[in-house]
Amino acid sequence: MQLFEVKEILEAELLWEPADLQLEIEMAEAADLMSDVLNRRLGGDLLITGLINSQVIRTAEVADIKAIAFVRGKKPDREAISLAMSKGIPLLTTQLLMYEACARLAMKGLTGSSGTI
Amino acid sequence: MEKKELMWDYEIEGKDFRNAGRVSSKVKDILKELGFDPDFVRRVAIASYEAEMNVVCHADKGTLHFAILPQALQIVVKDRGPGIPDIELAMQEGYSTAPPEIREMGFGAGMGLSNMKKNADELHIVSTVGQGTVVEMVMRSPRSRQGSA
Ligand SMILES: Nc1ncnc2c1ncn2[C@@H]1O[C@H](COP(=O)(O)OP(=O)(O)OP(=O)(O)O)[C@@H](O)[C@H]1O
Ligand SMILES: [Mg+2]
Repeated sequence: MQLFEVKEILEAELLWEPADLQLEIEMAEAADLMSDVLNRRLGGDLLITGLINSQVIRTAEVADIKAIAFVRGKKPDREAISLAMSKGIPLLTTQLLMYEACARLAMKGLTGSSGTI
Repeated sequence: MEKKELMWDYEIEGKDFRNAGRVSSKVKDILKELGFDPDFVRRVAIASYEAEMNVVCHADKGTLHFAILPQALQIVVKDRGPGIPDIELAMQEGYSTAPPEIREMGFGAGMGLSNMKKNADELHIVSTVGQGTVVEMVMRSPRSRQGSA
Protein backbone atom coordinates (compact mmCIF):
# COMPACT_ATOMS: atom_id res chain seq x y z
CA MET A 1 0.00 0.00 0.00
CA GLN A 2 1.08 3.59 -0.38
CA LEU A 3 1.74 6.04 2.43
CA PHE A 4 -1.38 8.08 1.73
CA GLU A 5 -3.45 4.94 2.35
CA VAL A 6 -1.64 4.39 5.65
CA LYS A 7 -2.47 7.99 6.53
CA GLU A 8 -6.15 7.45 5.75
CA ILE A 9 -6.42 4.14 7.57
CA LEU A 10 -4.80 5.62 10.68
CA GLU A 11 -6.70 8.91 10.34
CA ALA A 12 -3.30 10.45 10.80
CA GLU A 13 -1.87 13.90 10.49
CA LEU A 14 1.32 14.59 8.54
CA LEU A 15 3.96 16.34 10.65
CA TRP A 16 5.93 18.00 7.88
CA GLU A 17 5.09 18.88 4.31
CA PRO A 18 5.44 18.33 1.45
CA ALA A 19 6.22 14.67 2.14
CA ASP A 20 6.08 11.91 -0.45
CA LEU A 21 2.73 10.22 0.14
CA GLN A 22 3.22 7.90 -2.82
CA LEU A 23 5.94 6.01 -0.97
CA GLU A 24 5.37 2.28 -1.27
CA ILE A 25 4.91 0.63 2.14
CA GLU A 26 5.19 -3.14 1.77
CA MET A 27 5.85 -4.10 5.38
CA ALA A 28 5.45 -2.53 8.77
CA GLU A 29 6.94 -3.04 12.20
CA ALA A 30 5.95 -1.73 15.62
CA ALA A 31 8.38 -1.18 18.49
CA ASP A 32 9.18 1.04 21.42
CA LEU A 33 12.57 -0.54 21.75
CA MET A 34 15.07 0.89 19.30
CA SER A 35 17.37 -2.05 19.98
CA ASP A 36 14.69 -4.27 18.44
CA VAL A 37 14.35 -2.05 15.39
CA LEU A 38 18.11 -2.29 14.90
CA ASN A 39 18.09 -6.04 15.36
CA ARG A 40 15.55 -6.94 12.78
CA ARG A 41 16.47 -9.38 10.06
CA LEU A 42 14.08 -8.14 7.42
CA GLY A 43 13.16 -4.59 6.60
CA GLY A 44 9.97 -2.80 7.52
CA ASP A 45 9.15 0.28 5.48
CA LEU A 46 6.97 1.81 8.18
CA LEU A 47 7.81 2.02 11.87
CA ILE A 48 4.88 2.39 14.29
CA THR A 49 6.05 3.63 17.67
CA GLY A 50 5.10 5.46 20.84
CA LEU A 51 8.57 6.95 21.29
CA ILE A 52 9.19 10.47 20.03
CA ASN A 53 12.82 11.37 20.75
CA SER A 54 15.19 12.19 17.92
CA GLN A 55 16.93 8.82 18.30
CA VAL A 56 13.82 7.30 16.73
CA ILE A 57 14.50 9.31 13.58
CA ARG A 58 18.19 8.36 13.61
CA THR A 59 17.33 4.72 14.12
CA ALA A 60 14.88 4.82 11.23
CA GLU A 61 17.49 6.41 9.02
CA VAL A 62 20.15 3.86 9.87
CA ALA A 63 17.73 0.94 9.47
CA ASP A 64 16.37 2.16 6.09
CA ILE A 65 12.85 2.75 7.39
CA LYS A 66 10.95 4.93 4.95
CA ALA A 67 8.28 6.48 7.20
CA ILE A 68 7.27 6.66 10.88
CA ALA A 69 3.81 6.71 12.50
CA PHE A 70 3.54 7.89 16.10
CA VAL A 71 0.61 6.58 18.13
CA ARG A 72 -1.52 8.06 20.92
CA GLY A 73 -1.40 11.51 19.33
CA LYS A 74 2.25 11.98 20.22
CA LYS A 75 4.44 14.45 18.38
CA PRO A 76 8.20 14.73 18.46
CA ASP A 77 9.76 18.17 19.04
CA ARG A 78 10.64 20.60 16.25
CA GLU A 79 14.24 19.49 16.13
CA ALA A 80 13.32 15.85 15.58
CA ILE A 81 10.80 16.85 12.93
CA SER A 82 13.38 18.90 11.04
CA LEU A 83 15.85 16.03 11.26
CA ALA A 84 13.24 13.76 9.65
CA MET A 85 12.55 16.39 7.03
CA SER A 86 16.25 16.69 6.16
CA LYS A 87 16.42 12.92 5.77
CA GLY A 88 13.20 12.75 3.75
CA ILE A 89 11.41 10.54 6.29
CA PRO A 90 7.67 11.37 6.40
CA LEU A 91 6.15 11.48 9.90
CA LEU A 92 2.55 10.69 10.76
CA THR A 93 0.78 11.02 14.07
CA THR A 94 -2.45 9.21 14.93
CA GLN A 95 -4.72 9.30 17.98
CA LEU A 96 -5.02 5.51 17.83
CA LEU A 97 -3.28 3.30 20.37
CA MET A 98 -0.43 1.10 19.20
CA TYR A 99 -2.48 -2.09 19.01
CA GLU A 100 -5.36 -0.43 17.19
CA ALA A 101 -3.05 1.21 14.69
CA CYS A 102 -1.34 -2.09 13.93
CA ALA A 103 -4.63 -4.00 13.74
CA ARG A 104 -6.21 -1.53 11.34
CA LEU A 105 -3.25 -1.72 8.99
CA ALA A 106 -3.11 -5.50 9.20
CA MET A 107 -6.85 -5.76 8.43
CA LYS A 108 -6.22 -3.76 5.29
CA GLY A 109 -3.53 -6.22 4.27
CA LEU A 110 -0.29 -4.62 5.38
CA THR A 111 2.12 -7.38 6.41
CA GLY A 112 4.93 -7.59 8.90
CA SER A 113 8.50 -8.56 8.17
CA SER A 114 8.27 -12.16 9.37
CA GLY A 115 5.54 -12.93 6.85
CA THR A 116 3.14 -14.54 9.34
CA ILE A 117 0.25 -12.18 8.62
CA MET B 1 51.31 6.44 -8.23
CA GLU B 2 50.16 4.50 -5.19
CA LYS B 3 46.44 4.33 -4.66
CA LYS B 4 45.39 6.35 -1.64
CA GLU B 5 43.27 4.85 1.04
CA LEU B 6 39.96 6.44 1.82
CA MET B 7 39.59 7.25 5.48
CA TRP B 8 37.63 9.53 7.76
CA ASP B 9 37.83 10.45 11.45
CA TYR B 10 35.02 11.76 13.61
CA GLU B 11 34.57 12.77 17.23
CA ILE B 12 31.79 11.43 19.44
CA GLU B 13 30.69 13.24 22.60
CA GLY B 14 29.49 11.22 25.60
CA LYS B 15 25.92 11.94 26.77
CA ASP B 16 25.30 14.16 23.75
CA PHE B 17 22.02 12.55 22.75
CA ARG B 18 21.11 15.44 20.50
CA ASN B 19 23.88 14.54 18.07
CA ALA B 20 24.04 10.83 18.71
CA GLY B 21 23.95 8.98 15.42
CA ARG B 22 25.30 11.81 13.32
CA VAL B 23 28.62 10.11 12.67
CA SER B 24 27.01 6.87 11.52
CA SER B 25 24.70 8.85 9.31
CA LYS B 26 27.78 10.34 7.61
CA VAL B 27 29.35 6.90 7.20
CA LYS B 28 26.12 5.74 5.61
CA ASP B 29 25.99 8.70 3.23
CA ILE B 30 29.59 8.13 2.12
CA LEU B 31 28.94 4.48 1.33
CA LYS B 32 25.69 5.26 -0.48
CA GLU B 33 27.45 7.92 -2.50
CA LEU B 34 30.19 5.48 -3.47
CA GLY B 35 27.57 3.05 -4.74
CA PHE B 36 27.92 0.20 -2.29
CA ASP B 37 25.14 -2.40 -2.17
CA PRO B 38 22.20 -1.07 -0.06
CA ASP B 39 21.99 -4.14 2.19
CA PHE B 40 25.69 -3.90 2.87
CA VAL B 41 25.37 -0.18 3.58
CA ARG B 42 22.61 -0.84 6.09
CA ARG B 43 24.66 -3.52 7.81
CA VAL B 44 27.61 -1.16 8.19
CA ALA B 45 25.39 1.73 9.31
CA ILE B 46 23.68 -0.37 11.98
CA ALA B 47 26.96 -1.70 13.36
CA SER B 48 28.48 1.77 13.35
CA TYR B 49 25.44 3.27 15.04
CA GLU B 50 25.46 0.66 17.81
CA ALA B 51 29.14 1.40 18.47
CA GLU B 52 28.54 5.15 18.36
CA MET B 53 25.57 4.86 20.73
CA ASN B 54 27.68 2.88 23.17
CA VAL B 55 30.15 5.75 23.39
CA VAL B 56 27.30 8.24 23.86
CA CYS B 57 25.56 6.06 26.45
CA HIS B 58 28.44 4.56 28.38
CA ALA B 59 31.63 6.64 27.86
CA ASP B 60 32.89 10.21 28.23
CA LYS B 61 34.06 10.84 24.68
CA GLY B 62 35.44 9.00 21.73
CA THR B 63 36.45 8.88 18.09
CA LEU B 64 35.25 6.87 15.12
CA HIS B 65 37.77 6.01 12.43
CA PHE B 66 36.33 4.72 9.21
CA ALA B 67 38.46 3.38 6.35
CA ILE B 68 37.71 1.83 2.99
CA LEU B 69 40.54 -0.62 2.43
CA PRO B 70 41.11 -2.60 -0.78
CA GLN B 71 39.47 -5.74 0.62
CA ALA B 72 37.15 -4.46 3.33
CA LEU B 73 35.79 -1.65 5.41
CA GLN B 74 37.19 -0.98 8.82
CA ILE B 75 35.55 0.91 11.67
CA VAL B 76 37.48 1.63 14.85
CA VAL B 77 35.65 3.28 17.72
CA LYS B 78 37.86 4.35 20.63
CA ASP B 79 36.64 5.95 23.78
CA ARG B 80 37.73 7.38 27.08
CA GLY B 81 35.43 6.05 29.73
CA PRO B 82 34.84 3.43 32.38
CA GLY B 83 35.85 0.48 30.20
CA ILE B 84 34.16 -2.93 30.20
CA PRO B 85 35.22 -5.16 33.13
CA ASP B 86 33.89 -8.41 31.65
CA ILE B 87 33.61 -8.37 27.87
CA GLU B 88 32.13 -11.85 27.62
CA LEU B 89 29.33 -10.86 30.00
CA ALA B 90 28.76 -7.56 28.16
CA MET B 91 28.41 -9.46 24.87
CA GLN B 92 25.50 -11.48 26.21
CA GLU B 93 22.13 -10.40 24.86
CA GLY B 94 20.15 -8.70 27.59
CA TYR B 95 23.11 -7.64 29.72
CA SER B 96 23.06 -3.89 30.20
CA THR B 97 24.15 -1.34 32.77
CA ALA B 98 22.26 1.45 31.01
CA PRO B 99 20.50 3.85 33.43
CA PRO B 100 16.75 4.60 33.22
CA GLU B 101 17.20 7.78 31.09
CA ILE B 102 18.73 5.67 28.34
CA ARG B 103 16.03 3.02 28.58
CA GLU B 104 13.39 5.69 28.24
CA MET B 105 14.86 6.57 24.87
CA GLY B 106 14.39 3.01 23.66
CA PHE B 107 17.98 1.88 24.24
CA GLY B 108 19.70 -0.15 26.92
CA ALA B 109 18.26 -3.54 26.08
CA GLY B 110 21.72 -5.06 26.06
CA MET B 111 21.52 -5.94 22.39
CA GLY B 112 24.09 -3.61 20.86
CA LEU B 113 27.29 -5.61 21.10
CA SER B 114 25.66 -8.82 19.86
CA ASN B 115 24.08 -6.87 17.02
CA MET B 116 27.51 -5.54 16.04
CA LYS B 117 28.77 -9.09 16.00
CA LYS B 118 25.89 -10.13 13.74
CA ASN B 119 26.45 -7.33 11.27
CA ALA B 120 30.24 -7.25 11.15
CA ASP B 121 32.47 -9.96 9.71
CA GLU B 122 34.95 -9.37 12.50
CA LEU B 123 34.55 -7.73 15.90
CA HIS B 124 37.45 -7.11 18.25
CA ILE B 125 37.07 -5.44 21.62
CA VAL B 126 39.88 -4.34 23.88
CA SER B 127 39.01 -2.55 27.08
CA THR B 128 40.86 -1.22 30.09
CA VAL B 129 38.80 -0.54 33.19
CA GLY B 130 39.05 3.11 34.20
CA GLN B 131 40.54 4.13 30.85
CA GLY B 132 38.39 3.17 27.92
CA THR B 133 37.41 0.80 25.17
CA VAL B 134 38.44 0.12 21.59
CA VAL B 135 35.99 -1.61 19.29
CA GLU B 136 37.20 -2.64 15.85
CA MET B 137 34.87 -3.96 13.18
CA VAL B 138 35.76 -5.28 9.76
CA MET B 139 33.22 -5.87 7.04
CA ARG B 140 34.06 -7.38 3.70
CA SER B 141 32.00 -5.75 1.05
CA PRO B 142 30.52 -7.40 -2.03
CA ARG B 143 31.94 -4.64 -4.20
CA SER B 144 35.48 -4.52 -2.89
CA ARG B 145 35.70 -8.28 -3.22
CA GLN B 146 35.05 -8.13 -6.93
CA GLY B 147 36.71 -4.80 -7.59
CA SER B 148 40.18 -5.58 -6.31
CA ALA B 149 41.07 -8.18 -8.96
N1 LIG C 1 32.05 1.81 25.13
C1 LIG C 1 31.68 1.27 26.29
N2 LIG C 1 32.20 1.72 27.46
C2 LIG C 1 31.83 1.17 28.65
N3 LIG C 1 30.93 0.18 28.77
C3 LIG C 1 30.39 -0.31 27.64
C4 LIG C 1 30.71 0.21 26.36
N4 LIG C 1 30.03 -0.48 25.42
C5 LIG C 1 29.29 -1.37 26.10
N5 LIG C 1 29.50 -1.27 27.43
C6 LIG C 1 28.91 -2.12 28.50
O1 LIG C 1 28.40 -3.30 27.91
C7 LIG C 1 26.98 -3.40 28.14
C8 LIG C 1 26.31 -4.05 26.95
O2 LIG C 1 26.44 -3.22 25.78
P1 LIG C 1 25.37 -3.37 24.63
O3 LIG C 1 25.69 -2.37 23.57
O4 LIG C 1 25.27 -4.79 24.21
O5 LIG C 1 24.00 -3.00 25.36
P2 LIG C 1 23.48 -1.59 25.85
O6 LIG C 1 24.28 -0.50 25.24
O7 LIG C 1 23.42 -1.62 27.34
O8 LIG C 1 22.00 -1.59 25.27
P3 LIG C 1 21.58 -1.45 23.71
O9 LIG C 1 22.83 -1.50 22.91
O10 LIG C 1 20.65 -2.57 23.44
O11 LIG C 1 20.93 -0.12 23.61
C9 LIG C 1 26.55 -1.97 28.42
O12 LIG C 1 25.36 -1.89 29.17
C10 LIG C 1 27.75 -1.44 29.20
O13 LIG C 1 27.74 -1.90 30.53
MG1 LIG D 1 24.61 -0.50 23.14
